[in-house]
Amino acid sequence: MIKIVHYINQFFAGIGGEEKADFKPEVREGIVGPGLALKTAFGNEAEIVATIICGDSYFNENLEAAAKEILEMVKKYSPDLFIAGPAFNAGRYGVACGTICKEVQDKLGIPAVTGMYIENPGADIFKKDVYILSTANAATGMRQAVPAMAKLALKLANKEAIGTPYEEGYIQRGIRKNIFREERGSKRAVNMLVAKLKNESFETEYPMPDFDRVTPNKAILDIKKTKIALVTSGGIVPKHNPDRVESSSASKYGKYDISGVMDLTEETYETAHGGYDPVYANLDADRVLPVDVLRDMEKEGLIGELHRYFYATVGNGTSVANSKKYAAEIAQELIKDGVQAVILTST
Amino acid sequence: MRLELGKVLIKDMQFGNQTKVENGTLFINKEEMLNAISGDDRIKGIELDIAKPGEETRIMPVKDVIEPRVKVEGPGSIFPGVLGKADVVGSGKTNVLKGAAVVTTGKIVAFQEGIIDMSGIGADYTPFSKTCNLVVVCTPTDKLQQHEHEQAVRFIGLKAANYLGEAARNVVPDEVKVYETLPFAESLKQYPNLPRVAYVYMLQTQGLMHDTYVYGVDAKKIVPTIIYPTEVMDGAILSGNCVSACDKNPTFSHCNNPVIEDLYERHGKDYNFVGVIITNENVTLMDKERSSNWTAKLAEFLSLDAVIISEEGFGNPDTDLMMNCKKISDKGIKTVLITDEYAGRDGASQSLADADRSADAVVTGGNANEVIELPAMKKVIGYLEPADIIAGGFDGSLRPDGSILAELQVITGATSEIGFNKMSATTL
Repeated sequence: MIKIVHYINQFFAGIGGEEKADFKPEVREGIVGPGLALKTAFGNEAEIVATIICGDSYFNENLEAAAKEILEMVKKYSPDLFIAGPAFNAGRYGVACGTICKEVQDKLGIPAVTGMYIENPGADIFKKDVYILSTANAATGMRQAVPAMAKLALKLANKEAIGTPYEEGYIQRGIRKNIFREERGSKRAVNMLVAKLKNESFETEYPMPDFDRVTPNKAILDIKKTKIALVTSGGIVPKHNPDRVESSSASKYGKYDISGVMDLTEETYETAHGGYDPVYANLDADRVLPVDVLRDMEKEGLIGELHRYFYATVGNGTSVANSKKYAAEIAQELIKDGVQAVILTST
Repeated sequence: MRLELGKVLIKDMQFGNQTKVENGTLFINKEEMLNAISGDDRIKGIELDIAKPGEETRIMPVKDVIEPRVKVEGPGSIFPGVLGKADVVGSGKTNVLKGAAVVTTGKIVAFQEGIIDMSGIGADYTPFSKTCNLVVVCTPTDKLQQHEHEQAVRFIGLKAANYLGEAARNVVPDEVKVYETLPFAESLKQYPNLPRVAYVYMLQTQGLMHDTYVYGVDAKKIVPTIIYPTEVMDGAILSGNCVSACDKNPTFSHCNNPVIEDLYERHGKDYNFVGVIITNENVTLMDKERSSNWTAKLAEFLSLDAVIISEEGFGNPDTDLMMNCKKISDKGIKTVLITDEYAGRDGASQSLADADRSADAVVTGGNANEVIELPAMKKVIGYLEPADIIAGGFDGSLRPDGSILAELQVITGATSEIGFNKMSATTL
């Protein structure tokens, strides 16, 4: 039988309301509060072996310590599954459920499920990482929430394929998954066009995201004293691409030492980029990564100094999430190395 | 402009003594065909092979796919301004070898070329596993520059398709479909009460080897213009590019543009499909501004109520897509977009490089970054080695047993942005 540990707050454990929200983590054998409804839903397939109770204020005010403490409690029972809540619209309870589910998944490798109202702040923070069953905004929705949560939880414990948010009832995680539809794309477009013309309802297949626009930094006051680094998405790498940066959808970036390099030549550098005609970049990689010009400017005193390393990846087909990750890492190193300005070249 | 499209259905393809169609089989005289398509001294050798649906065959790296067609009646010839004079095509009669295709391959031209598997899971993702393919394997001379190589292979492919197309000239088609678009003023008279719609057809023009040709003109040098939908069916637009295989439009897809076909389906019933606006996807901001201004201007000039806009490629052209959408929407014209997605291998990233609030009706061809495992095939036409370097492949994509682990991006036509396929994506 599948062993489950259940997490609830002080209120659902019947300990008290706001006045008891500083209740410290405590583990009790067996079922407490909403665990009873879960037990009914699980029938003979699963058993709640322990219930962990923690006050919402205590958890949120001692996030790290509380999470660590609770993780230890979960570990002791080595369960097959972890369930938290449901938290409905209780904000701090939702954040606690999301946090502890993610911890249990990441650190113990145990599948976890929670339930929340879609506007619970915990839903927005954790929907990407954790299956959060979409519930009503108050505990009166317990009767609907529990069977759906139990069903999803059993599927996860049994490693069954998880269906769409619509089928399973969880809050959209924001993960794009390929599917096959009934009609070809052009027909779907025509259908959508006719619906739009007739002011009928239609469902877009790709809802527009909130686009991340970056505000440029303030201008540099004295360029002659500035240490400048080169970073490119144009794929310039030492000849033969030692790090095997991919021609598209780059899974990495390279960091290359150019101390003493005055000019990028056909013999020494090339591009790994698959999205543009490489002939001119391969003949003279300075066209994409202007080391030669910056060396001249360095010599003439027009800039302070060219940083010892350049960083390069391939922008072609590389996901925005990966690009952001690389940029964050590169930026940290550049700051550490005292770089004050960066020339970013794209292609 | 009225075109009768005669479909000669091809179910089998074989080499034989004479190039002809007999009972649904296309016989090909290899030697005669080689003579017809040879002669470019930039190419050392050409080999011909056949790949049929269901066979355990992999074709790679694929450059282009072309459908054999022949002009039976009416002005001009297939691929006007390229293989023939620049006569205006799209009227009269055209015969098609439906079910046959020419596929060009050989030593890789550039990174962005594709894979066609004739069976196995990979076959489910490409439209060209369902056609009988005459594969043209071109070996370039040593040290041939990439853009020269591209041009040579492009012309050989077109010639091969036209050579085979001739076999359909005197055959009575199995099916005939008529497409007609009236001159603008007449079409308004014919359907005075129907909303007017057009198709904004974005063509890949990001630069050398990322080009599309319109009547032989490199489309990055055009300003957006209007053409009849049937001109496209006669090869007015053709592919000269090496962009990612999954979402570029091979010449085959241009001639069979499904947006045009499906817009015709409900023409005269739900709307009046007045024509096609072609535009490009150049890389400089000035070009992008100019072209999107012009598509919006032409949409207004035609007094349109709605448009479908299709993209070709991804990343940089996402900007053109959004600029077209925003500017056309700002004219009070409704829009539906067709694109595909690069949401990362885990699907968790933002899918497009640009976004606009006006893009509220979007059809997607799926996430090109999703990873697929292609089993080894008994036969390979072309070369397996580029699997690690083509767009969508990575170091170690090609395994010792000949199987390939790569992104869907590597499969020719997998995430078509002119809506060739049933694949799409949803949010989990």
